Amino acid sequence: MFAIFKRELYSYFTSPVGYVVTAAFMAFSGIFFYVQCLFAGTSNMYQVFQSMFFIVLFIIPLLTMRSFADDRKNKTDQALFTSPVSIPAVVSAKFLSAFTMLAICLFSYIIEGIILSTISSPDWSVIIGNVFGMLLMGAAFIAIGIFISSLTENTIIAAVFAFMANVMISMIDSISSTISLAPVKSLLNMISFQARYKNFALGLISFSDVVFFISIALLFLFFTDRITDRRRWA
Amino acid sequence: MIEVKNLTKHYGKHTALDDISFRLEKGDILGFLGPNGAGKSTTMNIITGYISGDSGDVLIDGRNILDDPTGAKKNIGYLPEIPPLYNDMTVAKYLGFMFDLKRVRLPKWEHITEICEMVKLMDVGDRIIKHLSKGYRQRVGFAQALLGYPPVLILDEPTVGLDPAQIIEMRSLIRELGKKHTIILSSHVLSEIEAVCDKIIIIDHGKIAAQGKISELTGSGKGTRMIRIQAEGREQSIYSVLKNIDSVVNVFKKGEVEKGCYEFAVESRTDIRRVLYRAVSKADFTILLMQPQGHTLEETYLDIISGRDI
Repeated sequence: MFAIFKRELYSYFTSPVGYVVTAAFMAFSGIFFYVQCLFAGTSNMYQVFQSMFFIVLFIIPLLTMRSFADDRKNKTDQALFTSPVSIPAVVSAKFLSAFTMLAICLFSYIIEGIILSTISSPDWSVIIGNVFGMLLMGAAFIAIGIFISSLTENTIIAAVFAFMANVMISMIDSISSTISLAPVKSLLNMISFQARYKNFALGLISFSDVVFFISIALLFLFFTDRITDRRRWA
Repeated sequence: MIEVKNLTKHYGKHTALDDISFRLEKGDILGFLGPNGAGKSTTMNIITGYISGDSGDVLIDGRNILDDPTGAKKNIGYLPEIPPLYNDMTVAKYLGFMFDLKRVRLPKWEHITEICEMVKLMDVGDRIIKHLSKGYRQRVGFAQALLGYPPVLILDEPTVGLDPAQIIEMRSLIRELGKKHTIILSSHVLSEIEAVCDKIIIIDHGKIAAQGKISELTGSGKGTRMIRIQAEGREQSIYSVLKNIDSVVNVFKKGEVEKGCYEFAVESRTDIRRVLYRAVSKADFTILLMQPQGHTLEETYLDIISGRDI
């Protein structure tokens, strides 16, 4: 499993994908940081974290689009699934490599925190809480992206559909505000990524939010495992 | 070593494999023959656990590929039809990755170097796979299958894309490996199968059309022999002369080869060259050519595939 993890991570940096994604993330987070903290004259990074929500929606499909689709297209899945490694191990390795890429991106938050601390005293608990929240939400998005990648051989389709899925998820909030039916509204609020992420952005870490994101991630990784296994019988 | 029992596989309504069974012992080299789409690659994909059959069992060294997939897969090296190569890696990195993936417990780089020497990859170790020619890609795929020297090797058209000199090298390498490994290989090239394999299985429309040792299948095991003759005279009269010779089983007319000269293939149970010469001369026909022949694998194959009996 570690071998696959290493290879996946390596492949992010033998193609432009790894560089583009980390560069884009850091550039946007830097711009937001400059505009919303340094220029606005506040040490509160809440606005930065809020804005980055949408950037993450865009870049995670880029991280996950190749995960299974490319292997199927190049037939390298034959190497993976005929070697003594179980399907869950393959799925986990691919998940962890994308997750590691996200974690690398999130270093920019720490750097921004350090910059802030040289001129004022930022609330580190909020920053750490945010990195943590972004990792959790990212894990859920990555699992969804990997699941979509396992449905197709085409990386572009995998990216577009993952992006669409992410946009739909982010629209849950605005949809729920138009609905007056109480049970539907509360259900939508319950599954809203944005509402839960907002808590993290504010520095509020609640047990239910943590469990929510982890469950979503596990659920879609499980689907990926099932789809991949099912394909062998088709 | 390998036991395949009643393997069946459907793709929708299409039956890809229909009740395939065979077994191989350690050291056997089995050749898979059959037209395109006959089910060769499907069978190999099922044996290696890449896909699953609808019913039937595959046992590798006693381990069922479905019940104990990791245990069974550890014993298999697989070169699929399209080598499973990561184009963005160098040859050395790729083989290192496959080494780790297969959890080979040998000194890593010594082992990889040894295999690279074996399949002649030494000079391309640091090249990116994307830039390699077809022949090199095929050899990287082969090297990958050999990692850890698994007791079972499954090779789907291993010589595709190699030049004639490399094909000969590859064949002798496979024969060499066959001393220690159990090998299944598929090929369209009949002479290759003949040169390398002990046993063959001919698959047609998902069924085993014939299986056994090459000598058994080509009829030399049946106890009959073939003679090709060309004689001058009237075709029908020569035919009846040949037909009346003792121990002749069958005479096939092959048509007029030059003016007034006809060719026949005579199948008999004993050596009839002398009797045949006298009989034909006595009837006042002239023999222009007489050549003892075995059935070739090619003829046997075509007979089986076109649905006729041998």
